Amino acid sequence: MTQLAIIGVYLALLLGLGLFSSRLFRGTSEDYMLASHSIGPFLLLMSLFGTTMTAFALVGSTGEAFREGIGVYGLMASSSGIVHSLCFLLIGVKIWSFGYKHGYTTQIQFFRDRLGSNGIGLLLFPIIVGLVIPYLLIGVIASGAVINGATIGTFPETFAATRGGVPHWLAALVICSVVLIYVFFGGMRGTAWANTFQTSVFMILGVVTFVVIANGIGGQEGLWANMQAATAKVAEAHPDRLTRSEMSKFMFTTYLLIPLSVGMFPHVFQHWLTARSAQTFKLPVIVHPLFIMLVWAPCVMVGVWATSATLNGQLIVSPGAATTNKELTILVAKLAGPVLGGLLSAGILAAIMSSLDSQFLCIGSIFTNDIVLHYWDKKRFTEKQIVMWARLFVVAIVAVTYGLSLFEPRSVFAMGIWCFSGYTGLFPLVFAALYWKRLTVAGAYACVLTVAGMWLWLFAESGFGANANYTFQLPAFGQQLEMMPVLPITVASVVALVAVSLVTSPPPDETVRRFFPDLKS
Amino acid sequence: MKYAIWLSVVVLLILHQDFWWWDDGTLLLGIVPVGLASHLGISLAAAVLWCLATIYCWPHSAEETESSNVSTTEGGQG
Repeated sequence: MTQLAIIGVYLALLLGLGLFSSRLFRGTSEDYMLASHSIGPFLLLMSLFGTTMTAFALVGSTGEAFREGIGVYGLMASSSGIVHSLCFLLIGVKIWSFGYKHGYTTQIQFFRDRLGSNGIGLLLFPIIVGLVIPYLLIGVIASGAVINGATIGTFPETFAATRGGVPHWLAALVICSVVLIYVFFGGMRGTAWANTFQTSVFMILGVVTFVVIANGIGGQEGLWANMQAATAKVAEAHPDRLTRSEMSKFMFTTYLLIPLSVGMFPHVFQHWLTARSAQTFKLPVIVHPLFIMLVWAPCVMVGVWATSATLNGQLIVSPGAATTNKELTILVAKLAGPVLGGLLSAGILAAIMSSLDSQFLCIGSIFTNDIVLHYWDKKRFTEKQIVMWARLFVVAIVAVTYGLSLFEPRSVFAMGIWCFSGYTGLFPLVFAALYWKRLTVAGAYACVLTVAGMWLWLFAESGFGANANYTFQLPAFGQQLEMMPVLPITVASVVALVAVSLVTSPPPDETVRRFFPDLKS
Repeated sequence: MKYAIWLSVVVLLILHQDFWWWDDGTLLLGIVPVGLASHLGISLAAAVLWCLATIYCWPHSAEETESSNVSTTEGGQG
């Protein structure tokens, strides 16, 4: 009951914040979808960080470190610290500039305008939306599982079928409703405020959890001595977890491409456009790598410690937990008690919801701008009606996502990395659109179709995600090079984009001049 | 300076592939394995480097947008 009460208080605080922010709503569609370009450096930092970090940053990182060792940090965290900020600086600032100048709200508007083609918008629409749906489902299903796990035994008679825990369907319904309410009323401003609150919550709770677990495992006097004792146990029982001996070097290198997906995430694109000015990006560019370190480093260490941590002579986390990502919750349950358990659950929900809200709003904005307003005469709608359309689409997307989550498609979890790979495959398109005048609409088509084809082929090769450890094997230098599928997808994407652009007629000067003002007449 | 910053980013990406510490389980301060410590260093170096990039590699042309008028186009709001 303690855990449920803490989660309840947290959700109530979040709702209050979202509803309060709605009092600042100015009544325009630009305010609803972009907060009238009013977001300052701190809110942009927190909302971008909260949006790019999912629950995986807390529980997945611990679970992966439990199975793979310390290499997980280099694989996913330090690489993201370099590449995400690179995307913010090279892509985000320019996108903000063009968005502010030409009045874009969605990615599709930008590509349609930059390439002078309606068709490219139609081609991108199902791909961009389709790649977000599994991402949304993962969040909704995970939130149900978190609340269910935290409340087991609370209602033994009412929810006997779920061992007394709040059933997944009800927990997911509550989370969807909370997110829907603050996105519906608060729009982008509510989302940015809620993300800032939630990001603060999961960062602070991550550090608190680390300290409590270190002290629980070490059994010594003082945090420092406890951390040394916890690591010493690993050095004795599982020294391989303190190295990357089990990890493929080339696979590690190819994983570096995955964070480029941030450059093509539609919800990150929309957050960029909320910035008050180009200068607003400076703080996120600098601090993002530090925030990643602050969240990931403790979680990775806890995951490594969990391999060898004992209580009363017994392993705290049995090797059987190795495929469930429950290592962190098991450690908290056994070493900390219900209060920290409830706070940690709230922290995990915060990480989940800070991505869900942006994605719901983004998909609602895409349907409103790229379907309704683009294909019907925009002038027939008042600002109030446009906001109503956006809200209706947000409600519809939340309802559809929740409905799909009821089928509990577990295989959707394996799709996470595939979604990221798809967005990374499209990264050359946004990069070329911003920095290569010679990009043609045919080159863009070739790029998108190649990414779609390669993605579908490799996804099928992996048994449609059934083989979670699928890697692409390339025979070279007398051996099989093991790599993430993202590498062949991205290489093919670049080749198709460049080759087809070069053999087709250059884009018209008037189109290019709008995006490259320095072009000589 | 601008080129030095971008060159440093490339160097940082190369350092990220620290194969030389791949199998080394040496503990720093008895807590952090050297393979993890090196990547924590990369995270810190990234923050410093991006700080320098915002000074020396900043796209000032983006700021000119702020003083120009906002125009709505075909691809604008709809």
